[in-house]
Amino acid sequence: MIGLSDAGLDVAALVEAVRSDAHGAVVTFLGTTRATSPGDPRPVVALEYEAYDAMAISEMETIARETRERFGPLEIAMLHRTGRVALGEPSVAIVVAAPHRGPAFEACRYAIDAVKARVAVWKREVYRDGDTAWVANTPS
Amino acid sequence: MPQGRTLKIRVLAFARLRELLGFSSRELDVDDGATVADVWARLAREVAGLDGLRASTRFARNGALAAATVAVRDGDEIALLPPVGGG
Repeated sequence: MIGLSDAGLDVAALVEAVRSDAHGAVVTFLGTTRATSPGDPRPVVALEYEAYDAMAISEMETIARETRERFGPLEIAMLHRTGRVALGEPSVAIVVAAPHRGPAFEACRYAIDAVKARVAVWKREVYRDGDTAWVANTPS
Repeated sequence: MPQGRTLKIRVLAFARLRELLGFSSRELDVDDGATVADVWARLAREVAGLDGLRASTRFARNGALAAATVAVRDGDEIALLPPVGGG
């Protein structure tokens, strides 16, 4: 299960999509909306995401393939939100199921770093005063 | 100058670039032989402030990252991509 969603992310469904009796470890990463911005002192009340859908999904599929090649055998699911995401809600979910926890953690870390660096998704912070600002990821 | 053919392309703009340009998708006629950089230059002539974002902008042609030097073809979809911010 790889894609974009304009509604809330169903983490349990992602876990169910990847887990099997071959796996002894399931690692879930959730990126959630934070009230403070590194670049702006104003309180953040929401994030708004937009994507170049075709390119974003294709790059997420490439990242999933790379992750399997590097750390597999494993199963991986990833979903990214579009639209407005309220404070504290997940904007991205990555779930990796693998036979053992070591590769599962490493694979999940690799995948989220790659998603943040490469996938055609943009976000803007919405501040309590109603103002907004586009925020780019810093290279890791 | 020989009278060249006109190519019809579609330009997609995202995030800050979408707001600055005032469209998310727009059809554009360009001269045969035009490159991605020529498409950008054409838009930069229309919209003040766009060229200041050139260094941080990447381009895609039909869904794949493309260099500014790449020639566009009739029917191409050229996307203007600001620095990404997913996660």
